[in-house]
Amino acid sequence: MSKLKRTPLFPLHEALNARCVDFGGWEMPIQYDGVIAEHQAVRNAAGVFDISHMGEIMVVGAHAEGFLELILTNRVSGLAVGDAQYSLLCNSQGGVVDDLYVYRIAQEVFLLIVNASRVDDDFSLLQKLVVDLEKDNTVNVVNESDNLAAVAVQGPNVSLFIDDVFTLKGLINVDKPTDLSKNQIDVFVYQDANVYVANTGYTGEAGFELIASNEVITQLWNRIFDLGKNYGVKPAGLGARDTLRLEMGYPLYGNELNEKVTPLEAGLGYFIDLEKPFQGRQKLVSQKNNGLKRKNMGFVMTSKSPPPRNGYPVYINGDQVGAVSSGTQSPSLGKGMGMAFINMPHALVGKEVEIQIRDRYYPAALSKKPMYRKND
Amino acid sequence: MTKIPEELNYTKSHEWVSVHDDTAIVGITDHAQSELTDIVYVELPEVGRTYASGEQCAVVESVKTASDIYAPLGGEVLAVNEDLGATPGLVNEDPYESGWFFKIKLSGEPDLSDLLNASSYSSEIGEG
Repeated sequence: MSKLKRTPLFPLHEALNARCVDFGGWEMPIQYDGVIAEHQAVRNAAGVFDISHMGEIMVVGAHAEGFLELILTNRVSGLAVGDAQYSLLCNSQGGVVDDLYVYRIAQEVFLLIVNASRVDDDFSLLQKLVVDLEKDNTVNVVNESDNLAAVAVQGPNVSLFIDDVFTLKGLINVDKPTDLSKNQIDVFVYQDANVYVANTGYTGEAGFELIASNEVITQLWNRIFDLGKNYGVKPAGLGARDTLRLEMGYPLYGNELNEKVTPLEAGLGYFIDLEKPFQGRQKLVSQKNNGLKRKNMGFVMTSKSPPPRNGYPVYINGDQVGAVSSGTQSPSLGKGMGMAFINMPHALVGKEVEIQIRDRYYPAALSKKPMYRKND
Repeated sequence: MTKIPEELNYTKSHEWVSVHDDTAIVGITDHAQSELTDIVYVELPEVGRTYASGEQCAVVESVKTASDIYAPLGGEVLAVNEDLGATPGLVNEDPYESGWFFKIKLSGEPDLSDLLNASSYSSEIGEG
């Protein structure tokens, strides 16, 4: 195995006695105090995640919008400067190369935040497509992943201190981070450096993602902990990030998404605009017209069971109808839940299924996403 | 540093065993629970079933992983800790007392020669 990469925040994780694992080629903290405590901190107070492993790709130029429109499933031309959206990059067969966030930083400048494990594949595909589609060299694709770091600050208490991180107004639209609406981004100055602050996240809680150069990210992290110390802020690892996203039914690349799964099968139809041309569209149109063979559904265990996990088979009346793509014991619900690919025609909300865990079968019900809603 | 009571015996797979005459109580060590963290489910052996020494007989699950538990000594399961059904976190809180897993009636004379004493286990996990 090649040497794992480390983010600029790695020394802080070590000082906090984090347990680290290989995640997409990066040595990342999976937990500090414990997954459940960190999960609860994010649901009830505030948690800070190092997400510097994620990739940042800039797409710049007079035709940047038109180029992204041709390769991404969601409609880019509706984005105003400072707006962002979730989108998918498909291969020509409609399989998902990556799921990502597109931020419009300026009229002709887009920032794509992509999965750590997919940066290289994404970047080479974008470079190839830009040559194929933009012959007049009006679009530039730049991989900034090695220069930029990021943290996600998530939880109901974040809005109580995040504005104090910055002293000056945002450079694009808003005066302070809490003025950002959902999926909006602005640029704030910190220590003479530009920091992108976006009202986005992967936890289902209110919160922000801050993207900054490797040089200032450590000071930024420390500043957030200084300001948040009276609001219950805790460092949170990838373990909690996984249970939080799973309760919300958010996909994880490699589990719910891969090059052989289409966004429709993953249940992400909301982020596809079939009214415009884009790479992989034909396959999606045909799936839409002919019906899907399988679909990713939420599920919740209906009796006490071991935690469901990736790969466990799903049965109805003794016939296997699918398999779990991600599962865990939900800290918020206090029971097992997750997501599974279910063959048609069984992928229906409320459908009763059985999940095989070792040599026993445990009942579960297919569910809408998210599986957890606040104040339920 | 984790707790390693002197009076218990240990396995390299991080079970502890407390032998009294022809019975033994089994659980997992403080080190094991601290490595696992956040135990959310314990699958206990069937009462009445006999296991050979070293046979997989239970599963302990944290949020992230499932780990097999092996019988440190051979014998028939006399009782299991029913409290772990509702409160698996007892294993984290109190691994050597209320977090015990099961009790076995030993198949023969207790053979402790394959087990580790406290100081050997301590070296085994790098705390010696």
